[in-house]
Amino acid sequence: MNKYVAAIALIIVFIFMFLTATYMHPFGEPENQDMDQYMIENAQNETGANNVVTSVVFDYRGYDTLGEATVLFTAVMGVLVVYKKTRKGGE
Amino acid sequence: MTLESSAIFNLPFITVVLLIIIGMYALMFKRNLIKIVIGLTLIESGVNLFLIALGYRKGCYAPIYTNAPTTAMVFPTPQALTLTSIVIGLAVTALMLSFAVLIYKKYGTINAEKTRRLKG
Amino acid sequence: MIPMSKIVRTITNILYVFIIGFGFYVIIHGHLTPGGGFQGGAVVASAFALLAVAYGRKKIVSMLNKEHLSVAEISGLLAFICLAFLGLGTVFFFNFLAVGRSIPVFSNTPAGINPGDLNTAGILPLMNIAVGVEVLSALGVVILTMFLGFKEGK
Repeated sequence: MNKYVAAIALIIVFIFMFLTATYMHPFGEPENQDMDQYMIENAQNETGANNVVTSVVFDYRGYDTLGEATVLFTAVMGVLVVYKKTRKGGE
Repeated sequence: MTLESSAIFNLPFITVVLLIIIGMYALMFKRNLIKIVIGLTLIESGVNLFLIALGYRKGCYAPIYTNAPTTAMVFPTPQALTLTSIVIGLAVTALMLSFAVLIYKKYGTINAEKTRRLKG
Repeated sequence: MIPMSKIVRTITNILYVFIIGFGFYVIIHGHLTPGGGFQGGAVVASAFALLAVAYGRKKIVSMLNKEHLSVAEISGLLAFICLAFLGLGTVFFFNFLAVGRSIPVFSNTPAGINPGDLNTAGILPLMNIAVGVEVLSALGVVILTMFLGFKEGK
């Protein structure tokens, strides 16, 4: 019984997402191009990098990269804690 | 815009939907913890593909000026955010697999239905 | 895990130097070509995974030290944050080398389509190196920890 409800819910979600995908803007013609066009035109002058993606990652959106590095560090600490040597007698 | 005319041009978005639905199927119907992690990774791949497909412009090249053919370039911001998302997804996958190992060590099984009892 | 056959180990001995070199090339040229700190770090960590698979559990403990990798990871993160703080005279994450051009380090300005110049982009190459060191040591720590599994001292 539970599985049937879950399957029906999955099919409804699939129909909604499929309709959204078909009625989106056509692939290859995005709207609202102002911000990215500004970055493409001015990244070389403002950051000096040829690679615009690198200048977005490290200069325009540096806070995202800082948070990402922190998340990676925290996840590695979590893995190390999980695999830590356990004491005698469990726990 | 009719559904028939736009469906074939939005093929990347439909691929995104299929990836996310397969991942959600694995989340809802599988009981193996490793398979649940695989389902989450599929959803994450769908989201990454969606971000990349949003930033594509027809006939443009990668946003790198070194020996570029033209100055018509695709959007750099979705690619940068996808880079962030990939690394975070990798960290989260490593953490989830470690928890699966921990659950197997404590309960002796990775079936999600058999790990419900409380154990001191 | 037992080590693999002699053919695999010989090919690994030849190949892993080139993989690590290519990873550092991707890191250092991150502001000119596709790639950057994250991708190059992942390439170097794949060399660590190749070593671990080829040499097995006994030898890999003496080849790669997990504590050293941990220290390198923390150093990379701290270097990244310190580079961000160095621009605090204006704002956090200010590219002080590329904008003012008062210090002649990484301070050229490219214009239009050019064949590439390493001496550009201000603090971006330094940040690429810091993040690359952090990612390669983080992935190396994860690979080593999951490969070795639980300690036997239980």
